[in-house]
Amino acid sequence: MSEKLVEIKDLNVVYKTDEATVYAVNGLNLTLNKGETLGLVGETGAGKTTTALSIMQLLPEKVGIINQGQIILDDIDITRATEADMRLIRGERVSMIFQDPMTSLNPILTVGEQISEVLELHRLEMSQDQKAKRVDEILELVGLSADRKHEYPHQFSGGMKQRVVIAMALACEPKLILADEPTTALDVTIQAQILKMMKELKTRLNTSMIFITHDLGVVAQICDRVAIMYAGEIIEIGTTEDIFEGEHHHPYTDGLFGSIPDMTKMTRRLSPIEGLMPDPTDPPKGCKFHPRCPHCMEICKTKNPQNNVFSTHTIKCHLFAN
Amino acid sequence: MSVPLIETKGLKKYFKTPKGELHAVDDVNLKIEKGNTLGVVGESGCGKSTLGRAILRLVEPTGGEVLYNGQNIINYNSKQMMEIRKDLQIIFQDPYASLNPRMTISEIIAEPMIVCKTVRNRKDMNDKVYKLMETVGLAERLINTYPHELDGGRRQRIGIARALALDPEFIVCDEPVSALDVSIQAQILNLLMDLQDERGLTYMFITHDLSVVKHISKDIAVMYLGQCVERTSSTDLFRNPMHPYTQALIKAIPAPHLRSKTQEDEIIKGEITSPINPKPGCRFAARCPKAGKACSETNVELREIESGHFVACTLYCEPGIR
Repeated sequence: MSEKLVEIKDLNVVYKTDEATVYAVNGLNLTLNKGETLGLVGETGAGKTTTALSIMQLLPEKVGIINQGQIILDDIDITRATEADMRLIRGERVSMIFQDPMTSLNPILTVGEQISEVLELHRLEMSQDQKAKRVDEILELVGLSADRKHEYPHQFSGGMKQRVVIAMALACEPKLILADEPTTALDVTIQAQILKMMKELKTRLNTSMIFITHDLGVVAQICDRVAIMYAGEIIEIGTTEDIFEGEHHHPYTDGLFGSIPDMTKMTRRLSPIEGLMPDPTDPPKGCKFHPRCPHCMEICKTKNPQNNVFSTHTIKCHLFAN
Repeated sequence: MSVPLIETKGLKKYFKTPKGELHAVDDVNLKIEKGNTLGVVGESGCGKSTLGRAILRLVEPTGGEVLYNGQNIINYNSKQMMEIRKDLQIIFQDPYASLNPRMTISEIIAEPMIVCKTVRNRKDMNDKVYKLMETVGLAERLINTYPHELDGGRRQRIGIARALALDPEFIVCDEPVSALDVSIQAQILNLLMDLQDERGLTYMFITHDLSVVKHISKDIAVMYLGQCVERTSSTDLFRNPMHPYTQALIKAIPAPHLRSKTQEDEIIKGEITSPINPKPGCRFAARCPKAGKACSETNVELREIESGHFVACTLYCEPGIR
């Protein structure tokens, strides 16, 4: 069995506002092994980004609160770490690639300055020359010419900017990368380029990655394991083979696959999931998917289902309770 | 052969910029038969939205003709235009930006009827609004709500109801589902197809997502930098893509299957070039793996290679040119 890098135990995250309490993540359990890529899939509001922000301790101050659970990274419980500890961890051990490359770079610093900022914080022993050399190196690594380090973000195209963001994330060779929809804002041909590059870099640097996306096609390309999230819970998790080729699935997973137009088949109608995501301020009792579920039973309305484990594949649904 | 409902001949739209003339739409010839759907695909910046707007004269074309039932509407004065606007409608991409936040849903849906004076009294109008809401699947209780109270899927349904309010013949759907989650996207696609069956609508469906376009359209036009590079039936395009750009585009889509993981795809390099004062010759030549000398010298016209299959590429010209 490979080594664990991250373990999330029974994580609960709420957003408290004056008007309501939003239950964003509800009892999430997750482990990530070294060198593994885990896909976190779900629709808007499923709690994917909240999970990633909890690992980074970047939840909005005084609003986003972890009120239960542990996040263990390399024997450190992040939920108890102080802000000073976190500053040492962010960028060094864990870094995050944000969704929108257009807004995640500072427009008044050159890209070279932004990459070396990470080194300034974490590589105090490096001389200025060494840092400059490292910036060149890392830019070449993501497929950009080192001459461009004196340019500003607005001089780059969307795909190029995302390469810069990836370069920043990789500058200290972290053990874990959290990629939050890194290709959603890009065109397909550029997306294909970036995905290919990320796959190569990951193997080369042996980092682990949590890849957040809503695109099941991207997941099939890049992930080793997949977790499907719905209303703040992981409702199904397994290897990529389990999810894409396994026989049994959570009804929500079936619905997700039914919603994608299949390029290889000719079907007239799609089979979407009826209804909408539940209101996160007032989640339904029992299984959170029961109001939309085509296989809803009486027990689903009252009792939250257990995880049913089939070797590598786990489904949280009453249908599979023995 | 009957007269197509919509036909464009040499349609051009240039924008003046400080750096020169931006060729957003350059010499596009299209035909859409009544009751059919034409899908227009391309990456961001290829001019697909501008094309849709130029056909409706929402932006004034620089040159060329738009024929509606054989009549050139470019020469129409504003009174004549007002008359045919009832038949030509549009659904916009972003359901968050395309609805007036200060109007209630009933006001938004009723507005086209008031502007075009198609209803006689308030009772008629209200009946019509209720009927339209029912058609697009909006609950009656939402009639007095404001757009901000609703989610993306419901807002897009309002946009559709507004487009249907005047019983149009032709609707330009400008990326109507790209801002929505997959399960909601499938609901909206099904709705659009049902409406087409019931009312015999004709769509021009603009999108960057090839799997969506394959699902919904009968014919597909692929655009690159303002030009149409390939046009054929939907089945033919996926069975036998001829233009190197179309081939690359189809390969770049991450398919939600595992078998795609193993095959190492060729990925096209580089990014879309500037549409400002484009050089003569094929605009894809700079990125094309099969580009020859002739590609950057002569303009390539869209020509019929097989019956109904139009391609603009020197690869398929008579020998000797290349």
